[in-house]
Amino acid sequence: MTALVAFKDVTLGYDRHPAVHHLSGTVNAGDLLAVVGPNGAGKSTLFKGLVGLIPPLAGTIDRGALGRAVAYLPQVAEIDRGFPIGVYDLVAMGLWRRAGAFGGIGRKARDAIEGALAAVGLTGFEGRPIGTLSVGQMQRALFARLLLQDARMIVLDEPFNAVDDVTVTDLVALVRRWHGEGRTVVAALHDLGLVRATFPATLLLAREPVAWGATADVLTADNLLRARRMCEAFDESAPACRADAA
Amino acid sequence: MVAHALLAPFRDETLRRALVSVAALAVGAGPVGVFLMLRRMALMGDIMAHAIMPGVAIGFLVAGFDTVAMTLGGLVAGVVVAVLAGLVARGTQLKEDASLAAFFLMSLALGVVILAGEGRSDDIVHVLFGDVTAIDGGRLVLIAGVATVSLAALAAIWRPLVIECVDPQFLRAVSGTGGAVHVAFLALVVLNLVAAFQALGTLLAVGLMTLPAVAARFWARDLTAMVAVAVGIGILSGYIGLAAAPAASAGPAIVLAAGAIYVVSLLFGRVGGMLWRAFPGRHLEA
Repeated sequence: MTALVAFKDVTLGYDRHPAVHHLSGTVNAGDLLAVVGPNGAGKSTLFKGLVGLIPPLAGTIDRGALGRAVAYLPQVAEIDRGFPIGVYDLVAMGLWRRAGAFGGIGRKARDAIEGALAAVGLTGFEGRPIGTLSVGQMQRALFARLLLQDARMIVLDEPFNAVDDVTVTDLVALVRRWHGEGRTVVAALHDLGLVRATFPATLLLAREPVAWGATADVLTADNLLRARRMCEAFDESAPACRADAA
Repeated sequence: MVAHALLAPFRDETLRRALVSVAALAVGAGPVGVFLMLRRMALMGDIMAHAIMPGVAIGFLVAGFDTVAMTLGGLVAGVVVAVLAGLVARGTQLKEDASLAAFFLMSLALGVVILAGEGRSDDIVHVLFGDVTAIDGGRLVLIAGVATVSLAALAAIWRPLVIECVDPQFLRAVSGTGGAVHVAFLALVVLNLVAAFQALGTLLAVGLMTLPAVAARFWARDLTAMVAVAVGIGILSGYIGLAAAPAASAGPAIVLAAGAIYVVSLLFGRVGGMLWRAFPGRHLEA
């Protein structure tokens, strides 16, 4: 197994306050990894560090030759749903790495867009303004965009919040497909049943890593209880971390 | 015959030149205005129009009523304010509107100080209100040149600009062009304002940028169509303003015409106009 992203004693956070404290470990090529933890455990912060949107406060994140070959679906997408474009154009954005600012969208690309729309069950929605989509439909469209991005690593931050069962089932099928194609998928999830059924590996996070390994070994009652207790509050007057000084 | 009647008010060459210049302004400023509106920066155009004041004033002091000097001065002042505001917005917790407000107030005050110290009051009036009927060949070339550059530049940054508007996070993730696109867009705003200032003055320069765009929102659901409608409304406003008003008040008349078209659009526009909201008709089958 080759390491795709390696964390070495990484602390991530904002304004010197750690949100993820002293994390070490590797995400290997082809991994299907769930990140589990209470709200405020640092999952989103970890993902921002993972895709390279924020630099670590301490430690190193070695992203190797991954570059921009990462597709990232944030938890709260900053999408301006009032913008007057249709589903087709939103999904077509996924071709950016191939088409860039000027590349033409040819026959092959149009087929790929149609295929992605079909794969998420949005055939017939091409011309719908994005503002008219339901939460679940929007999530389907964003997964279609992820499909087109053709990325080596796909990072999904709580992709199934406020989404109904049918949609979750359809979208999980896509996650499995990506895994089958040898892509690396990292997803933050709250549905432990889904994690146990689909994800071979899990990182249990509670501001600090509680456990990282095979899902069955990580999601024990004991670990989950520890995770719940470890989410201590952000302290405005906290002293500098001693672990780094040592 | 109809064409003849429509062109009748424009037998005078001054007015013809004014009409062509306003049409060129509409072509350049309309699309920029649509993006400003969609980015919720409609008022930013107004702010930038004031921010170019000190540059225009300095150009005026150095060279008098010289098109090139005043244009270059305005361009420099506008770009400096836009870039500083953009840098502060990206580098600190201040949002773009707050940082822009701070810089534009400094810029505007500086402009007034410079003009008040040196200029006569009718000069100030000229800078504030412009004179659309005083467009000579040189200014017309400048305005048409700006429209050309603006269209070409907008075409070049269209795709990343749209993505930056819809999903800035996505653009940051797939490409490093977000910052450059943003700055290029702000430069286009300034460029079009400087061109419009020749005709409409700094107070109303933003008129042909903002009003056609917000009116177009009521006629088109799709971005491309919205841009085309905005350009059309801008040109129509120029025609009505110039044909209907005496030359002395042609500039404000053009903006008023655009305002009237906005009100009509607000009431009767097919996309979300108030009349259609009040009487939506029976709901559909599916």
